[in-house]
Amino acid sequence: MSAALQQDPRDRGGPAQPLLIVENLTKHFPVRGGLLNRQVATVQAVDEVSFSVRKGETLGIVGESGCGKSTTARLLMRLMNPDAGSVVFDGDPVGEKRGISVSDMRRQMQMVFQDSYTSLNPRMTMAESIAYAPRMHGLGRKEAYDRAENLLSRVGLNPRQYARRYPHELSGGQRQRVNIARALALEPRLVILDEAVAALDKSVEAQVLNLLSDLKESLNLTYLFISHDLNVVEYMSDRVMVMYLGRVVEAGPVESIYRHPRHPYTRALFASKPTLDPDRRTTEMPLTGDPPNPINPPSGCRFRTRCAFAQPRCAETLPLLAAPFDGDADPSHVVACHIPEAQAAVAVHHA
Amino acid sequence: MPDGTMQPPVLRVEDLTVRFTRRNTDVAAVNGVDFSLQAGETLTILGESGSGKSVSLKALMGLLPAYAGVSGKVWLNGKEILGLPAAALAKLRGGAVSMIFQEPMAALDPVYTIGEQIAETIVQHEGCDNRTAMKRALGLLEQVKIPSAERRLKNFPHEMSGGMRHRAMIALALACKPSVLLADEPTTALDVTVQIQILLLLRQLQAELGMAIVFVTHDVGAAAEISDRIAVMYAGRFVETGTTRQVMREPMHPYTQGLLSSTVHGGMRGRALETIPGSPPNLAELPPGCAFAPRCRYAVDACRQGDIPVVTTETGAMARCVRAEELVEA
Repeated sequence: MSAALQQDPRDRGGPAQPLLIVENLTKHFPVRGGLLNRQVATVQAVDEVSFSVRKGETLGIVGESGCGKSTTARLLMRLMNPDAGSVVFDGDPVGEKRGISVSDMRRQMQMVFQDSYTSLNPRMTMAESIAYAPRMHGLGRKEAYDRAENLLSRVGLNPRQYARRYPHELSGGQRQRVNIARALALEPRLVILDEAVAALDKSVEAQVLNLLSDLKESLNLTYLFISHDLNVVEYMSDRVMVMYLGRVVEAGPVESIYRHPRHPYTRALFASKPTLDPDRRTTEMPLTGDPPNPINPPSGCRFRTRCAFAQPRCAETLPLLAAPFDGDADPSHVVACHIPEAQAAVAVHHA
Repeated sequence: MPDGTMQPPVLRVEDLTVRFTRRNTDVAAVNGVDFSLQAGETLTILGESGSGKSVSLKALMGLLPAYAGVSGKVWLNGKEILGLPAAALAKLRGGAVSMIFQEPMAALDPVYTIGEQIAETIVQHEGCDNRTAMKRALGLLEQVKIPSAERRLKNFPHEMSGGMRHRAMIALALACKPSVLLADEPTTALDVTVQIQILLLLRQLQAELGMAIVFVTHDVGAAAEISDRIAVMYAGRFVETGTTRQVMREPMHPYTQGLLSSTVHGGMRGRALETIPGSPPNLAELPPGCAFAPRCRYAVDACRQGDIPVVTTETGAMARCVRAEELVEA
């Protein structure tokens, strides 16, 4: 893998340089209201999120709705501007004078969305949709359409059959294949998959996951895989990041996170997973209630209101990501929790 | 369930068929579904989109549009209910049989408080006065474990969180102690931590109230958590039925096997997923014989013609497959 990466002429930083470094990414949305439409509150959608993605790996982001995982993706693509924080793509700061421009970054970073239908133009054929971005970036008509047909066969759709079809003439799984082909049309290096398989039926989801694994291998891609499905994230990712109410609570290699989750929230999240075993059904609720509103979240640790281990200091100081208290842990596994007992606890929820 | 059991079934469905005929299309959505259900039992209908699982439920409730051709027989507590006049059906709905949905905002009325909506149902069906009904509503909210129920009674749906609205919708459905609860993908839109809470709540309420549940879902995980029996549906037919254990552990039908092997679960890293090739059939042009044959790797000529025989094991499991017996032995 590393040999192939070194040959890639687009690789500027070398194999040791992470493809993406994100530091203190923050986005707060004002909530306006009242007679004078003043700002009455703030939604802290993404708050001081830092992480890096190595070349050729898949970083999974999990969390419940409202935890900020999709906002993070949109901030990375600059579909919205962050309030603070920096993004470095292969050693080049994005959108800064000495770095690369946003449009150059977008050539190398593409995104696939959850809703396969609304992300395609209903008045464009599949080939037109896929060829659109290459043509905008200066490729000739013939070359762009050749590339589109090539990509269609790459994602498992016969171009003679599908190139001239419109979105409504395809099934959901086929449309998502087209969306993947379109994301690959600019030959990106990083693909952000934001719940890309969430809307698909299971039998189709498996086909698309296999396709994504094959493409990653053959095209040297790096993935940011965002999903609420814990099993799919485990299957796809090399490293995992768990988010809760706009902050990262735990991150690390997938085996370490899934085998020894340290944060009480991560443990509760995993325990909520259906077991797929009728003899080991869940008997206790791992968590009660819904996630709190991200408008004015709890002070200190945001999980403390639902945490069984919460102590006064959890309300006073915000826990930062650090190595677990348990010395044996993998050093790349980080967790944001003050309480050693909370990190050490072992949850048994299944009968 | 074998027919020789002591109790008569609460719900019995025989040869339920639904066709949508409009101008030049004829969509065969449900093609002969049979099942029966005892009190306190949960049957899960497991299927992908377009398999006819939701349409079957709506046909039972009489909720399909007028152009839907519904035929077959449905007995609720021994009384035939399919084709009843609208007024009689309205009495049943929310009374002896009620339904919960995927999207509680669509099931609840945004301009009335939760308390008013539950009380209205009770007054309609039981004819008691409003104050008694309101008291019952309070009890129901407590039963579905809504915290500070007294205050929540006066809330409008938009003032509640997603999980809370789900609980309120369940309280509304249980208001008149139905003997059958129909659940149409009730946990699909929920986060995992809330989903497990709702599944556990339904299990507990069923133990307390003894209603039968028909649970429709595409999620194998939710099915394993809640059901006593599972019916796997494909192209409008049950292709396999059995206890949850039978279906999850020893699936007989190739479609069930494919569905289970393509569902990602823990510890599958590094292995390619075994998928079912192709996509579900067009219900307007169903092939003769087994609808799954074009995607099935075991298909033989006999699969593509005539009616597919049903194979029943000694333990009561059923599969609609020409080759089920030899495949199980192999």
